[in-house]
Amino acid sequence: MKWSEFFVTGEPLIYAADVSIVLTMIGIVFVLTYFKKWKWLWNEWLTTVDHKKIGVMYIISAVLMLFRGGVDALLMRAQLTAPNMKFLDSQHYNEIFTTHGTIMILFMAMPFIIGLMNIVVPLQIGARDVAYPYLNAISFWLFFVGAMLFNIAFVIGGSPDAGWTAYFPLAGNEFSPGVGNNYYAVALQISGIGTLMTGINFLVTILKMRAPGMTLMRMPMFTWTILITCVLIIFAFPVLTVALALMTFDRLFDTQFFTMANGGMSMLWANLFWIWGHPEVYIVILPSFGIFSEVVSTFARKRLFGYKAMVYSIVGIAFLSFIVWVHHFFTMGAGAAVNSFFSITTMAIAVPTGVKIFNWLFTLRKGRIRFTTAMLWSLAFIPNFVIGGVTGVMLAMAAADYQYHNSYFLIAHFHYVLIAGTVFACFAGLHYWYPKMFGHILNERLGKWTFWLFMIGFNICFFPMYFLGLMGMTRRMYTYSAGLGWTPLNVVASVGAALMGIGFIVLCYNIYYSARYGERDMTGDPWDGRTLEWATSSPVAHYNFAVIPEVKDLDAYWEMKKSGKGFEIDEEKLKPIHMPSNSGRPFLISIAFFFAGFGLVFKWFTLAIIAAVFIILGLILRSFDDDDGYYISVDEIKRTERLTGKGA
Amino acid sequence: MGANHHHETFPWKHIVGFILSLVLTFAALWIAFSSGLATKAILVGIVVLAVLQAVLQLFMFMHVTESDSGKIQTINMAYSFFIAIVVVAGSIWTMAFVL
Repeated sequence: MKWSEFFVTGEPLIYAADVSIVLTMIGIVFVLTYFKKWKWLWNEWLTTVDHKKIGVMYIISAVLMLFRGGVDALLMRAQLTAPNMKFLDSQHYNEIFTTHGTIMILFMAMPFIIGLMNIVVPLQIGARDVAYPYLNAISFWLFFVGAMLFNIAFVIGGSPDAGWTAYFPLAGNEFSPGVGNNYYAVALQISGIGTLMTGINFLVTILKMRAPGMTLMRMPMFTWTILITCVLIIFAFPVLTVALALMTFDRLFDTQFFTMANGGMSMLWANLFWIWGHPEVYIVILPSFGIFSEVVSTFARKRLFGYKAMVYSIVGIAFLSFIVWVHHFFTMGAGAAVNSFFSITTMAIAVPTGVKIFNWLFTLRKGRIRFTTAMLWSLAFIPNFVIGGVTGVMLAMAAADYQYHNSYFLIAHFHYVLIAGTVFACFAGLHYWYPKMFGHILNERLGKWTFWLFMIGFNICFFPMYFLGLMGMTRRMYTYSAGLGWTPLNVVASVGAALMGIGFIVLCYNIYYSARYGERDMTGDPWDGRTLEWATSSPVAHYNFAVIPEVKDLDAYWEMKKSGKGFEIDEEKLKPIHMPSNSGRPFLISIAFFFAGFGLVFKWFTLAIIAAVFIILGLILRSFDDDDGYYISVDEIKRTERLTGKGA
Repeated sequence: MGANHHHETFPWKHIVGFILSLVLTFAALWIAFSSGLATKAILVGIVVLAVLQAVLQLFMFMHVTESDSGKIQTINMAYSFFIAIVVVAGSIWTMAFVL
């Protein structure tokens, strides 16, 4: 292979990206060396097994990926603003919408949600860590190297270009001969393994590590949604694993699972992809429902209305989410019986979702509402998500879907559910739990600026797309002619996208501003919270709870405060706390995964095999690892607790 | 672990399970390669043997009866069967038009 094939060449935008990547890397190395932070980076972050730090790393990665996916989106909007634009050629446009979709779903939404659940779930259930801290670190690093592998594709070897759904036969060797779609198959596989392990980890954590007295029906709603999400992950991701493995075989070893010739079934890929893909959208939306439930109940100062109905509707949604996948390809031609069945199941999902919407509205009713940034995101979610949901029911009608299918109507619909659902939830959760992560509050004024810019921009960007879709504009078209009359609405949409971009910049500035000047949270309970995470100090001591709390009711911490005592720590009752040791192995194993993946992408099997040997070596070393962790002494706990003002 | 659970000195359960698994596997191989049955009968035969082996392994290796969270295990297995049927039967049904 020649260097000119290894590196992507020929596009000024790509060269600019090359330069900025190199400069960023040099910058990071320089800063770490100059401030002598290498050791700190290794000891505090790269080797950590602390669920809170892993959560923070997930969220940082997610924000970075939001930037990457957002730049992709802005490039697409720039190209579509006017007819016959020459800004991106068709191939480049294909690559950009592919990476935009894949990154936003798998490397932005998923890690943002998983980051929040890492930080919050153990705190909410009164646990000191997750069930398998070491596995948790592996999960994160596998996700991270998977994301990095996917992200370098556009400068090394060539970007995947067959859409985020990578439908065959387009994604097969015949029509996509480059390495781009190998990146898709391998990078998603690696980070998917990480996600699967997260699912198992948190399922066990929630089932086995709840504080005494916390029955399932006393769990905070966010924890409930994560429990169900874990079930979805465990049952849905294996399908993706298998489908990606078959895809990898097709692309690397010329098997014929999804090809057109030799008995392959290209449509089976679409089928398998969506058997995973539909539960996947609930994997990112259910936790969002959980976040909104927490925020709405806290800032309305009321217990969540219809807690039980909420739980049953989550379970109902999770159940239905596995029997609706065909609605993604009604037009494939499966016939009336199949389409009718999946049409009805899809519409049925609107019922439990509607139940939840009413529960939030009734929680707000007669509440003493405080309009914090987190609350604004949650309030905006309700109408915006309903617009997405209602258009979803329109798409669910199989006969009508023949008109809407793959048009901008669909684009508008899924951005309305994914942005107004998941992205709003991530921002709400970020503002809400930020003090728990860093000990200070994200500036509210800047937060509200972000909210208004982003929320208004979002509507300006995506609402016109419903009409563009009805006017006949289809997704993935890289340009259009002036005579079609789509120009005005496209200009409007691009203005909205720019506003969202500005909102994101304000958010990043807010993170910097708040770190320097932000209000420190001395109480550990800045929002007058209801659940157990607010009983800890901010930032949380690394053992979480000096004494494991006893739970007597739903909204455990609220009940403690109401009884006048709060969460008191009796120093007499302190015992040494057992904690897991840090380990560098998850990081190193994941690096080996990266090289194995890179080798597979380029069919450099020697590299892949050598890296695979290191992976297996890592597993063997783990098996003979007899490090049982360490104990934190009572004295140290007392010192920490007095420092944070939680101790006696 | 249940309170009345005691550790056996020799893992009889595992040995028996292992031997029975081997027997079932070779039986499936024999049906597929040397029994001379019709293709349909072969398919039915090996599916039955596979289900038998799955159940056997659940009891012999997976300790399904020994945990105190029996309810969770039952729901989990029922749901697994449901998903397996949905994925397999659902795929066959929706893909039938190209088969």
